[in-house]
Amino acid sequence: MVTMPDKKPAKSWGLVTRSSPLPGFRLSMGFTLTYLTVIVLIPLTAILLHGARLGFGAFLHTVMAPRVLASYRVTLGSAAAAAVLSALFGLLLAWVLARYDFPGKRIVDALVDLPFALPTAVAGISLTALYAENGWIGRYLEPHGVHVVFTPIGIVMAMSFVGFPFVVRNVQPVLEDLDPAMEEAAASLGANVWQRFTRVIAPVAFPALLTGTALAFARAAGEYGSVIFIAGNMPMKTEITALLIVTKLEEYDYTGAAAIAGAMLALSFTIMLVVNLLQWWVQRREGERV
Amino acid sequence: MSNRGANSSALLLPSIQQRAGRVILIAAALLFLAIFLVLPVAAVFAQAFSQGWKMYSDSIHQEDVLSALRLTGLVACISVPLNMLFGIAASWAITRFEFRGKSLLITLIDIPLAVSPVVAGMMYVEVFGLHGWLGPWLNEHNLHVIFAVPGIVLATVFVTFPFVARELIPFMQAQGSDEEVAAVVLGASGWSIFWRVTLPNIKWALLYGTILAASRSIGEFGAVSVVSGHIRGRTTTLPLQVEMLYNEYNFTAAFAAASLLTLAAIVTLVLKKIIELTSGVHQRSEEKEVKS
Repeated sequence: MVTMPDKKPAKSWGLVTRSSPLPGFRLSMGFTLTYLTVIVLIPLTAILLHGARLGFGAFLHTVMAPRVLASYRVTLGSAAAAAVLSALFGLLLAWVLARYDFPGKRIVDALVDLPFALPTAVAGISLTALYAENGWIGRYLEPHGVHVVFTPIGIVMAMSFVGFPFVVRNVQPVLEDLDPAMEEAAASLGANVWQRFTRVIAPVAFPALLTGTALAFARAAGEYGSVIFIAGNMPMKTEITALLIVTKLEEYDYTGAAAIAGAMLALSFTIMLVVNLLQWWVQRREGERV
Repeated sequence: MSNRGANSSALLLPSIQQRAGRVILIAAALLFLAIFLVLPVAAVFAQAFSQGWKMYSDSIHQEDVLSALRLTGLVACISVPLNMLFGIAASWAITRFEFRGKSLLITLIDIPLAVSPVVAGMMYVEVFGLHGWLGPWLNEHNLHVIFAVPGIVLATVFVTFPFVARELIPFMQAQGSDEEVAAVVLGASGWSIFWRVTLPNIKWALLYGTILAASRSIGEFGAVSVVSGHIRGRTTTLPLQVEMLYNEYNFTAAFAAASLLTLAAIVTLVLKKIIELTSGVHQRSEEKEVKS
């Protein structure tokens, strides 16, 4: 008995634009949408509505309070510095991994993902131990007056730790796909190293570098676990916005927490939009090159 | 290809400067990794064993640490299979059918990656907390989500939500549906196609995404911290236990518990690399060339 599934379009809620011989659209789509709604969309709506219930004036008053503004400065400033550091070191690692062969390269390649795999709380206490006055690295910095722990430098260190793999993983494939013949052609025409880098490599790698840097910035701006141990969390000085939300929750100020969370979500979605536009740009350029 | 190699050796015979540049760049990259990644890992173990092996062993055999370990395992065992199911369903719908709003759906799946973990945890407080939408009703029926295990599971499901789907969607897209269509034409039922054609084809990508999800679910801190309530021995996962011990200035015990999580992270990296090298998942182009 062979029954050809010929009545598929009728069973697809009018969503399907091209009929497919394969079964399971309603089951897989139904589960996907239900799960997405329950886990992501309803809770997201709840927090946004709570923030909105506040009214515009009170919302502004909450998210523009001096302590909150100071936390944005600390968070965004540190995240921007961390994003720049991530871009520099991420580009270096992506270049070395894409272009050179050396012993232990596979281990190095695997190690780049460590910040993705290492729990943030572990990274936080470990970095704090390293850069503390008596720590392995801190003991050499403290005599020179460089204080890392409980200062913004510590926050930047923790944020760079979680951010730089995003840059490596976005730039590395682009550099690997770049045909060395292009550089060779440039070299044969007399371009020096710097010209080859700025004229041949940079234009191709730039969108991917921007995407990775934006992702690193997003991750750094929302980061909590690895930062709170090294930051010292002094209000107005080293208190990040994510921690301020937790503090408000602990004080049972749910409305204040929801308002600040709303502001953070606005930032997250803006970066998401930027990243999507960047990726669209990357794909269009790749299309042009092919 | 061989032609190009000959040309390049003539044109680009690596000069001494170029070789020096290469050595300097590799050295700089390795130095950065050593200071930035290897030292923190080494510091965890150095601190954990600073009072000797016996103290380490005692620290991780404390009842609180063991119950935190059990809770972390339980949460991973619930959240990971749920997200595997979601990942398979979403990637089947997205890669095997053309429908309206597909790119919107793909964007929505990425939301948990963009949201701060603290905000993620707080979203569930807004729904299930005492002041939240369902809080009063749950309280009447003596059900606890926030400051209890279900809340921890939900927060973990949220932060690991996209991992399996993001591995499977590009993989299944690249693979195409020819084999499955052939199976339909030959009269195979939907489930038999899934078990005998699709699953064997995607098993490595599925495993890869599952490892990423499991790793994150074991280590999640921010989101879980907001919904947990930190009730010792009951709602404390291993990362939260690390924080509690650390804040009590019990550093050796904190790093001992952290060393277990660090081992889990190292195992994750090794498994990932093994899958990359033995299957076609996330293979770097040069490794592909070496294999073929």
